[in-house]
Amino acid sequence: MLSLISKRLLLVIPNLIGVVIITFLLTRALPGDPAAYFAGPAATKEAIEQVRSKLGLDKPLIVQFGHYVTDLARGDFGNSLTTGQPVATEIRNRLPASAELTLFGLFISISIAVPLGILAAVKQGSWIDHTCRVVATAGVSLPVFFTGLLLVYVFYFLLGWSPAPLGRIDVFYSPPPQVTGFYLIDSVLSGNLEGFRAAFSQLLLPGLTLGIFSLAPIARMTRASMLAVLASDFVRTARASGLDDRTVIITYAFRNAMLPVVTTLGMVFSFLLGANVLVEKVFAWPGIGSYAVEALISSDFAPVQGFVLTMAVLYVVLNLIIDILYGVIDPRVRLEG
Amino acid sequence: MTDTAIRAAAPKAESNSLLRHARYVVSENPVTGLAFGLFTLIALCALIGPYIVPHDPLASDTAATLQAPSWKHWFGTDQLGRDIFSRVVVATRLDLIIALSSVALVFAMGGFAGIAAGFFGGWTDRIVGRISDTIMAFPLFVLAMGIVAALGNTVTNIVLATAIINFPLYVRVARAEANVRRDAGFVQAARLSGNGDFRILLMHILPNIMPIMMVQISLTMGYAILNAAGLSFIGLGVRPPTPEWGIMVAEGAGNIISGEWWIALFPGAALMLAVFCFNLLGDGLRDLVDPQRRT
Repeated sequence: MLSLISKRLLLVIPNLIGVVIITFLLTRALPGDPAAYFAGPAATKEAIEQVRSKLGLDKPLIVQFGHYVTDLARGDFGNSLTTGQPVATEIRNRLPASAELTLFGLFISISIAVPLGILAAVKQGSWIDHTCRVVATAGVSLPVFFTGLLLVYVFYFLLGWSPAPLGRIDVFYSPPPQVTGFYLIDSVLSGNLEGFRAAFSQLLLPGLTLGIFSLAPIARMTRASMLAVLASDFVRTARASGLDDRTVIITYAFRNAMLPVVTTLGMVFSFLLGANVLVEKVFAWPGIGSYAVEALISSDFAPVQGFVLTMAVLYVVLNLIIDILYGVIDPRVRLEG
Repeated sequence: MTDTAIRAAAPKAESNSLLRHARYVVSENPVTGLAFGLFTLIALCALIGPYIVPHDPLASDTAATLQAPSWKHWFGTDQLGRDIFSRVVVATRLDLIIALSSVALVFAMGGFAGIAAGFFGGWTDRIVGRISDTIMAFPLFVLAMGIVAALGNTVTNIVLATAIINFPLYVRVARAEANVRRDAGFVQAARLSGNGDFRILLMHILPNIMPIMMVQISLTMGYAILNAAGLSFIGLGVRPPTPEWGIMVAEGAGNIISGEWWIALFPGAALMLAVFCFNLLGDGLRDLVDPQRRT
């Protein structure tokens, strides 16, 4: 198991190098003169030259790359042009909001998609199977920002069930004392049930939006892999030995069918992290996605670059965790490693 | 029967069986027929839409702002009194052009890189593989945001970014298909008759994997439309007042909480129908071309 993990860790290194090279090239591809850009629109010629030598832009590309990597290693993502604040601090403060939203969305999507996929496979050709297919195709066709707006219209404007789509917690409540940065967990830790309810009602709609968006691949994969497992020899043997349906499906088939579903989680995370940006904009969610979008609009590149880098590193780490998890639940992978 | 008769009969039988197969696929799955109908509608909107819409999509009318759908304005009007129906129809062309050009671009780049990787193997394969792995290391929409932010906020760069994030998908398909054919009989025959590598690649391998690549194109069209609309929703690429579905949804987003649903709903629904149509078409085409992968 340990050797498997270390082998997988080695595979992360070229990915991270690629990510860093691409984000570096993106900063250098900025239109026009980056020094003039970072010096601001009102800068004089001397000021621009000063910025150029301060940023090391007069040095060869490879030296610049060296500086870039050392800065990153020190956790320095540069400063935002509009606020002057270091990007790294801002991203660290906003990351829990995005993480809470993404994980909650994934939780919703798994808790709907997996039972749906299983039922569709067990009752193949029934109405539930057709529902599953429609949901899967509709899920990938719905633009995530559009789903979000529809939910807001129905549940906020028409029914009045949910609070206004403005941030993580109602303005009348103060956020719970920070422990994990997840409002749901923090409010439970501080025993503040009122706060939990407030945070949960804000989280529900954006979470549901993300959930609907990522339903499709999980449901489709669960159904396909469940069908394959149900047709296999060991399920036939289990049935022939007289085990009841529930035991066969849950204990035998389900556990084996989950393996391919875990591998698709990688793709699902790529969807989720991207869709996160759009959902954060719709619900004015104070996460790193809306930070990047605000910066994009004011042509402030440092936060965007920090955001892209953070997302990429997170995604690489998530893929690593998924692979290790796969090794944990499937002994065959462990043996090969 | 003479030689010429046989030669004439063979292609006819083949096209007959293809037609029959197509009819079978459509009748087996009526949804595919629906998708073809939708596609025709979308294509019509893109081709002649701007000439048949009842109102000028850019003309504002301060006397008729934020009107609900009515006989005069089928989809209502927006904050500036512009007719939403006209804007939705006119936007079709721009959205399709963005999606089509990005798909064409990635087909050229990814398709060629993939074929070369599968055919030559070795270093070509390793370099192409490394490039697509690096792209895949990013959440794709986030990478597209970064590319457009860095290269400049234009429609051309949206096309480029959408092409780049689809690159690994095309490479994977083209590489696998070229790889199984690299030592096929017809390739060896072509080589024996003195054809160079590139000639074999372009004249013999490429036509053979075209059908599968066409399926890939139709499957990624929907994704390309979604991606481009998502980028313009967050304010990248297309600038107002140009009618485009993503930006129109963004313009209507603020009005949702005050109850003016029609501004965002109609462009959003158009977007959804277009994506839905291309996804269904892709599935239908796949059934036609590659019956084994039918779901």
